[in-house]
Amino acid sequence: MVDSQTVLSGPITAADGTPLKKKLAQALFRSRVRAVSLVVPLLAFVLASFVIPIFALMWQGVYNDRFSTYTPNLSDQLSKWDGLGEPDEDLFVALVADLKKARKDRTIGRIATRVNQEYPGTRSLFTSTARKAKKLKAPFKESVIKTNKKWANIEVWRAMKITSQDLTPSFYATALDGRYTVDKGFVKQNENRQIYVKLFWRTFMISATVMALCLLLGYPVAYLLATLPLRSSNLLMIMVLLPFWTSLLVRTTAWIAILQSQGVINDLMVAMGITADDSRFSLIYNMTGTIIAMTHILLPFMILPLYSVMKTIPPSYMRAARSLGATPTMAFIKVYVPQTIPGVGAGGLLVFILAIGYYITPALVGGQDGQLISNMIAYHMQKSLNWSLAAALGGILLAGVLLLYWIYDRVIGIDNMKLG
Amino acid sequence: MVQAKDPFVSFKGVQKSYDGETLVVKNLNLDIASGEFLTMLGPSGSGKTTCLMMLAGFETATHGDIELGGSPINNIPPHKRGIGMVFQNYALFPHMTVGENLAFPLNVRKVPKAEVEEKVRSVLDMVQMNAFIDRKPAQLSGGQQQRIALARALVFSPELVLMDEPLGALDKQLREHMQYEIKHIHENLGVTVVYVTHDQSEALTMSNRIAVFDDGVIQQLADPVTLYEKPENSFVAQFIGENNQMVGTVKSVSKGIATINLDSGAEVKALAVNISGVGSRTTLSVRPERCVVLTKKSATVSRLDAKIEELIYLGDHIRCRMNVAGDDQFIMKVPNTSGQLGLEIGASLQIGWQNNDCRALDFKELV
Repeated sequence: MVDSQTVLSGPITAADGTPLKKKLAQALFRSRVRAVSLVVPLLAFVLASFVIPIFALMWQGVYNDRFSTYTPNLSDQLSKWDGLGEPDEDLFVALVADLKKARKDRTIGRIATRVNQEYPGTRSLFTSTARKAKKLKAPFKESVIKTNKKWANIEVWRAMKITSQDLTPSFYATALDGRYTVDKGFVKQNENRQIYVKLFWRTFMISATVMALCLLLGYPVAYLLATLPLRSSNLLMIMVLLPFWTSLLVRTTAWIAILQSQGVINDLMVAMGITADDSRFSLIYNMTGTIIAMTHILLPFMILPLYSVMKTIPPSYMRAARSLGATPTMAFIKVYVPQTIPGVGAGGLLVFILAIGYYITPALVGGQDGQLISNMIAYHMQKSLNWSLAAALGGILLAGVLLLYWIYDRVIGIDNMKLG
Repeated sequence: MVQAKDPFVSFKGVQKSYDGETLVVKNLNLDIASGEFLTMLGPSGSGKTTCLMMLAGFETATHGDIELGGSPINNIPPHKRGIGMVFQNYALFPHMTVGENLAFPLNVRKVPKAEVEEKVRSVLDMVQMNAFIDRKPAQLSGGQQQRIALARALVFSPELVLMDEPLGALDKQLREHMQYEIKHIHENLGVTVVYVTHDQSEALTMSNRIAVFDDGVIQQLADPVTLYEKPENSFVAQFIGENNQMVGTVKSVSKGIATINLDSGAEVKALAVNISGVGSRTTLSVRPERCVVLTKKSATVSRLDAKIEELIYLGDHIRCRMNVAGDDQFIMKVPNTSGQLGLEIGASLQIGWQNNDCRALDFKELV
């Protein structure tokens, strides 16, 4: 009935005969333009400082043209080679030609570094051969191998073939403790060279621990904040926010002063006779230090979302539960806690995601076994200058966070999250 | 005050202070009989909700005893009192369905599962909400939430149910409907109900007895009829129903009828209810519907000149604002009979009342 009626009457028109939808769009156009123009500056900023860099980074993780740029002849020849048979004379001709040019252009270091990333221990092979390249005579295969018999090793050539491909999965393979090879595809890295997966796992565990500790410590504080009378809750709120107003570096170094072996806590322990002077606790420059300092720094990010959720829960719910016969504990667990889940979820996710990418604190107090994956990323950005590997590590971290976000959405629901 | 013979709930000299400086509840003595529907009525801040919270166990009495079924409950925590309670905002648990909300009081009492289901079904039947058992509270309208809140307070068969302004958030029509529903449920189940409200018509509709609170004291405790017909002091007269007040001095009293000189100079008669004696100041209270327009032949003793200021036609009666004895807010309700329709704005006439319809009460400065 309803359907046939709408069909019969056709599109609804405004008083002047234009279709109502068109009229409405016209009427809303100005306000829409105004709304968009308000957002434009932020949008441009986010695009320039966040979205583009992220895509550039992801791209860098799978694309590296350094080798092919500086060795045009060799890359050309390598792409023709199947990577299985012995390298032929053509390859060596191209190699010598490119090495000569690279020596002249002073780009040999970059080539050597790039191949060295793929096949460690080959850096000097390139630089030394490049030095002698001028004097080499044909047949080049023989003369090159004569300068260094490593050139006869097919693995070196295979590594070069891999590096000559601009679009490569080898950085992601490295980031996951594997290697991408010409003949066998992906293979596992040698046992003693596997570090990243272990580091990812440690990062995950430390983040989870920090999140759990933040929840454990933050929940009662948020509860107090939400239930105390205004005057005392304000004071408490200032104490919660105080760390926010202090520099991250100051807070972290304060923890060094407190936790180090000659620090406040250890001195107290010794003074009270809990531990002997020569067996002081090592509370810093290890995982313990990282966890303690990160928990402290991230605590407000747990407390504030929890507080904002708890603030909206009227006391009458608990009263209702108790009047219905529930003990205070039962009322708390069955009625209060479930209503704080959005806050727990928001705070937990926030703390976890912040913790998973934390850098300064673990760098300062982490020592050897308190380092996180972000420290490794920073190392590859600043020290080893292997940006593609850093990008691959960052990409995996990002994927991990997105995965967690997705799981969270499936389990609790993003629309159920309350940040404040 | 009326004393119940066998009190089920009793407040004995209860006082309550929050800050140690002022008393919110001053020396409350109140007995509530089993099966009674008692309403605590009063303006906000009069202490009625505090009394309810003390009875529920969420506030402790600063002094005095509260007894339930003959034994003091001052030191019994709320969850062991077995009192059902309906809250102002319903307080339905938002993360549970209607069914889970209703099962909650039974589950914490470890009632067997089959029995829980049966009781939930039957209480839902009572409030006619069976189709909603799997809904979340947020998916219900205000009136439906109210019914569920009521059902939840009743599902574990408490002998006493407390209601804290449960209908405050509903619109007028629904509120009136729910008043009857609550009244019927009370009559059918025979539970004792203590009901808190600031809405006097709600109190009059539902209650067996009403305790009118003001300033932490029960001003009057009586059934609705007595409360309306025979207010004992000017606060109650003013608070319950509509009321005209006049101030004057007692000239003489004979056989319970006082003769009063109004401040405007006129002399009227009124029932002496709450006056200190000859020469004392008093506030007279007369209901708008008890005033009559006088003709020359009328036999009433009290005669006052009046001038009509405003007429509001309300169908069944005409609301007539007049200037009487210097007060231009004097209201009279004139029944809509054909003879009365000659009323006009600016007309002068005489009004009066039967001696018993005007009550001379304690003096209170007019606002």
